[in-house]
Amino acid sequence: MATKKFMFVNRKAPYGTVYALESLEVVLIAAAFDQDISLAFIDDGVYQITKGQDTTGIGQKNFSNAYKALGDYDISKMYVEKESLEERGLTPDDLMNLVWEDEDDDYKEKSSIILVNREEMAAVMAEQEVTLSF
Amino acid sequence: MKYTIMINEGPYQHQSADSALQFTRALLEKGHEVFRVFFYHDGVNNGTRLSVPPGDDRLIQKEWSELAKEHELDLVICIAAAQRRGLMDADEAKRQGLDADNIIEGFRISGLGQLIEGGIQSDRTIVFGD
Amino acid sequence: MAMLHIVNKSPFEKVTFDSCLGHASAGDSILMIEDAAVGAIDGTVFADKLKAAMADKSVYVLVGDLTARGLSEDRLIDGVKAVDYAGFVDLTVDNEKTQSWL
Repeated sequence: MATKKFMFVNRKAPYGTVYALESLEVVLIAAAFDQDISLAFIDDGVYQITKGQDTTGIGQKNFSNAYKALGDYDISKMYVEKESLEERGLTPDDLMNLVWEDEDDDYKEKSSIILVNREEMAAVMAEQEVTLSF
Repeated sequence: MKYTIMINEGPYQHQSADSALQFTRALLEKGHEVFRVFFYHDGVNNGTRLSVPPGDDRLIQKEWSELAKEHELDLVICIAAAQRRGLMDADEAKRQGLDADNIIEGFRISGLGQLIEGGIQSDRTIVFGD
Repeated sequence: MAMLHIVNKSPFEKVTFDSCLGHASAGDSILMIEDAAVGAIDGTVFADKLKAAMADKSVYVLVGDLTARGLSEDRLIDGVKAVDYAGFVDLTVDNEKTQSWL
């Protein structure tokens, strides 16, 4: 089957609605189809990958560790928008350490997080072939 | 042109369920091909046969069902989203040991791979949601 | 390689529309549907932002959504084009890519 550039745009915080969790489920399936996958975290979507999430007080399963597993599925392009972080008083240090292993570079562990500004994010979006928004 | 439509909200709660239906009708009227309509999140509720809105209101599920029959549309409800929300076909209900099924004629239940396949096979993938 | 951006949120309630404007590229088209249609009329606190975007982008509104909310076409910002569902379909044909701002 053909390879297309798929982008998953995440704009919502986790737990308040089910979109983040069910978006992740689509991403994992898309990975099995060997597609060229990128994730975008903009606006409240950046809260999906903050570190130290603790859901014991809300009766929901903490699914944030699933983002850490994405590297094992060859998903290595997670674009995070600087402006979205700044607007929310966050810095890259507030995010989980998301990595992938580069087969072509002696399986060296590399960060999956690509920090971009709004203009760069717009350029990445413009390159996509299929954009699924959550 | 070949289209896949993704619908992420249930009927009545959000207008996107209506918009998707209107858009799909317009596509067909213009002679485009609808490769697949994929229902996700609360969108799976567009496939229940147990809705009884007031008599002067539209019955969105039935409209999809009739459109599917007329144009041989492939209406797919995501199985994972459907299981969370209690949408079952006869086979799935039996497999889960449940005493009822509730999907309307013209819909089928399948996996998320159907959405990705739709995205790959279609010229355009259009998402309706909240 | 133009993109059609579909927005369905009122700019008076959510930041979605602003986010769309911030990420659309020159030559792209923006279609306002559902609650977003209320952002298409002139004289609102949002109108100047939309006018600025129209310098290098085309803006459309789904007319049924506009009139359903009690707004008539004569109140549209100059240059915003009203389309019906057939026009919506044509926009998805004319633009190679589509992004819905949910």
